[in-house]
Amino acid sequence: MKWLACLSLLLLTACDGGLWNNPYPPADNGKSIFYTAFTERPKHLDPAQSYSENEYVFLAQIYQPPLQYHYLKRPYTLVPQAAGSMPSVHYVDKNNRRLADDASADRVAFSVYEIHLRPDLRYQPHPAFARNAQGEPEYLALKPGDLDGIHGLGDFAHSGTRTVTAADYVYQIKRLAHPDIHSPISGLMAEHIAGLKSYAATLQQAQKDHPGSFLNLQDYKLEGAEVVDEHTYRIKVVGKYPQFMYWLAMPFFAPMPVEAERFYAQPGMHEKNITLDWWPVGSGPYYLSENNPNQRMVLSRNPNFARETYPAEGEAGDREAGLLADAGKPLPLMDQVVFTLEKETIPYWNKFLQGYYDSSGISSDSFDQAVQVSVAGETNVSDAMSAQGITLSTSVATSTMYMGFNWLDPVVGGDSERARKLRRAIAIALDMEEFISIFANGRGVSAQSPLPPGIFGYREGEAGINPYVYDWINGAPQRKPIAEAKRLLAEAGYPDGLDEKTRQPLVIYLDTTSAGMGAKSRLDWLRKQFDKLNLQLVARNTDYNRFQDKVRRGDTQFFYFGWNADYPDPENFFFLLHGAQAKVGHGGENAANYSNPEYDRLFEQMKNMGNSAARQAIIDRMLEILRRDGPWLWGQHPKDYVLRHSWLHNSKPNKMANNNLKYLRIDAASRDVLRRQWNQPVRWPLWLGGLALLALGWWLWRALRQREEAV
Amino acid sequence: MIAYLIRRILYALPILIGVNLLTFTLFFVVNTPDDMARIQLGIKRVTPEAIERWKQQHGYDKPLLFNAGAEGAKKLSDTIFFEKSASMFVLDFGYSDDGRSISREISTRMWPSLVIALPAFFIGLMVSITFALLITLFRATALDATAVAICVVLMSISMLFYIIAGQFVASKLWHWVPISGYAGGLDGIKFVLLPVLIGVVGGIGASSRWYRTIFLEEIGRDYVRTARAKGLSELRVLFRHVLKNAMIPILTGVVVVIPLLFMGSLLTESFFGIPGLGSYTIDAIQAQDFGVVRAMVFLGSVLYIVGLILTDISYTVVDPRVRLQ
Repeated sequence: MKWLACLSLLLLTACDGGLWNNPYPPADNGKSIFYTAFTERPKHLDPAQSYSENEYVFLAQIYQPPLQYHYLKRPYTLVPQAAGSMPSVHYVDKNNRRLADDASADRVAFSVYEIHLRPDLRYQPHPAFARNAQGEPEYLALKPGDLDGIHGLGDFAHSGTRTVTAADYVYQIKRLAHPDIHSPISGLMAEHIAGLKSYAATLQQAQKDHPGSFLNLQDYKLEGAEVVDEHTYRIKVVGKYPQFMYWLAMPFFAPMPVEAERFYAQPGMHEKNITLDWWPVGSGPYYLSENNPNQRMVLSRNPNFARETYPAEGEAGDREAGLLADAGKPLPLMDQVVFTLEKETIPYWNKFLQGYYDSSGISSDSFDQAVQVSVAGETNVSDAMSAQGITLSTSVATSTMYMGFNWLDPVVGGDSERARKLRRAIAIALDMEEFISIFANGRGVSAQSPLPPGIFGYREGEAGINPYVYDWINGAPQRKPIAEAKRLLAEAGYPDGLDEKTRQPLVIYLDTTSAGMGAKSRLDWLRKQFDKLNLQLVARNTDYNRFQDKVRRGDTQFFYFGWNADYPDPENFFFLLHGAQAKVGHGGENAANYSNPEYDRLFEQMKNMGNSAARQAIIDRMLEILRRDGPWLWGQHPKDYVLRHSWLHNSKPNKMANNNLKYLRIDAASRDVLRRQWNQPVRWPLWLGGLALLALGWWLWRALRQREEAV
Repeated sequence: MIAYLIRRILYALPILIGVNLLTFTLFFVVNTPDDMARIQLGIKRVTPEAIERWKQQHGYDKPLLFNAGAEGAKKLSDTIFFEKSASMFVLDFGYSDDGRSISREISTRMWPSLVIALPAFFIGLMVSITFALLITLFRATALDATAVAICVVLMSISMLFYIIAGQFVASKLWHWVPISGYAGGLDGIKFVLLPVLIGVVGGIGASSRWYRTIFLEEIGRDYVRTARAKGLSELRVLFRHVLKNAMIPILTGVVVVIPLLFMGSLLTESFFGIPGLGSYTIDAIQAQDFGVVRAMVFLGSVLYIVGLILTDISYTVVDPRVRLQ
């Protein structure tokens, strides 16, 4: 009983007055803090290196690229962020003579983007900017021993700030070519930014010539990026590349102060994990104030953040949904964002239900508990969730998950009518709607082409269906009957699934990395789909590395793949099927190695156009070619479901923007009230347990006595 | 004893080299340096040149085990194996493939692991020994049979079940402690209670049965009969004499585990959000981070060898007849 009392005392003293299960310090009650989780520690927080969604969750709040996506407007619209206005673009020919704005792509040698920055941008407080009494940098020439007792940025006594300048943006563009940084887009940008390829070679040579010394990028001029004045810079892009504007909304093009690189490059910093890749230096609404990726990461309001206000306009229905209630208010609307590492879905889900996380996704395990589907097919939160005031928002991701046929495969690939009919028969038989219903709880939309909804070129309704696989019946797409698939299969030379020459059953090989829970049932389901055509499906399961290797070498027949959009432009999906992007021979992103000269020609034409009726017409032709050839089994566009508590405001799914946290608002008082209501400790089991232990002790003591006496 | 220890440490060197070689071989059978580069650089838009540069910068552009193109000793030393292994013998673990100091990571993460593992281990040991002694006291009675059955049930249940059930009952249903999380100092007590309790309960079944077997073997010996003949109470016989004489088999299983407590527990740490070493190796395997994998396997081997040496030393403590020569 004593230990029980001690336990109770410990619980009472260690927890905030009343809520024993509160994982946060009692001092945080009532504060405007957003609580969320991360499931995987970020690998890189250097904006030149990072290219993952789980890293952008942090970086997009810290760094300010020139542009951003409008939070509320749809379709996705670029608006200025660090830039004072949208960049101006003009074209020049190979002799640097200015061309008309409507000059044809073949005449344009370079596109010149001129970006005017806001003059009021300032960096977060950081020791790299600290200056001593003489006005000299305090921590940029550290001596051995100066880092004793320093374990993180917070251990430096002083910090400073300075204005963000155009030179910082140019410096970051140069960093994309730095030999030690390994920027994932260095290869891509070397094709687009004038002189970046030769700049990379120059830097590599400079590094070889001066091994071990700090490589000052300012000493080397880059043709494609120049400072015009303190707040203006120009980027020179090869040819016409209108999609470059979207790249300007990514952290790759955020500013980087040279002081930060100098600061982190000092001896002893790396050994203490104090690196630019770990401790970002930005000018965004938040800065990383606590960085323990094994436990929690905290973003705090940047006191030097330049004024930005909540948008005053959105799309239809936003005002009614309360999404414009904070219009004109200065951002960010919350003081802090606490990310806690939650590797498992069960604790994450339960803490959300207890009110300790403000929003949550829905895992398959919790789906039935969280969501109910009405007879009319509408999804809504379950009654239990509704009683807690939890609401649901859904959005179709700008992604596509597909199954590809290797165009180089002699059976399923190639441009022959036979192969085309075989692919089409398989596409009809493989019931993607059933797959989404069984394995994704209905969280997906059957794809009719590579383009997901929300991307220019996507068509709704009858005009948007794949007529080779679907019919339009009673106002909805309906998969063609299996008889049609069998007919196509017979025409392809495989009547009833047998090769008409050899009379052997046709075997299709699926290359997959499927493992873990559900993998077997997914495979069984796939086999069942192929059984409809009397085709045999053989799964060649392999690890991820070998699978990637097979795809690169073209040693696959039929495989799963997926793509998340970099930016909301059809070019970012159509290039996945461009002949010049084939994996085999080109090392590109066209995993199916699809090749069609007419499609490639239309792609080249379409990619440089602005969104217009003419562009839509070309896209329609491209889609017709793709649907006819069927190099992919179009698969699905996943649907994201997000639950949020009643105290979280302004939450609207935005699949392109990652810097959304500054718009969210928390009603902390309401949260505290509800948390208390939901988490009152249940005390009776403690007393009952104590009594039971007492009874057991007494009984044991008696038994012992009896035993002693018996012996 | 000093000579014995030196000999054991020298014996350990070829074992560690062997373990290192085995880890290296297994890792590179599954992964290639190109795969490692791709994992680090991401799967989108990575060029072959970028992969080559990454390999060069991280020292993975050399032959794995034998450099046929080099001269003399460099045939062996100018290889990935030698360059990545030699420094570990002076406990310099270098950097992970994403550029973090592994030694620093280990020194940061081992404390949360110990905060859970040490109390769970020692409380579990005391509870199991006491429970086993009590069962021994009531040997050949219905209580003994019931206790053994309970032990079998307890040891048959997966640790995952204990964790999920514990979180469901204690955290979700009764709101006693946070479901997951961690904090340093006194604030951390509420986070540690449940994982420690689960660690203790989860281990009672197997260890109590094992200790019971040891005690039953001891209880039939002559010295026990003598002790009883002297008129000592049964409790005193058990806790004073039987326990002391059963220490050698108990220590064999227990002391060797103590150094390995540093390595943490994957399941417990994952479910309770404890930032320990438990998941470090698994995460590294998933990320194909050879730097971390080799360091953790090496550290595990060193700790295991240390555990074995400590076990030998502990024999001399509990049994003065044992001499290390």
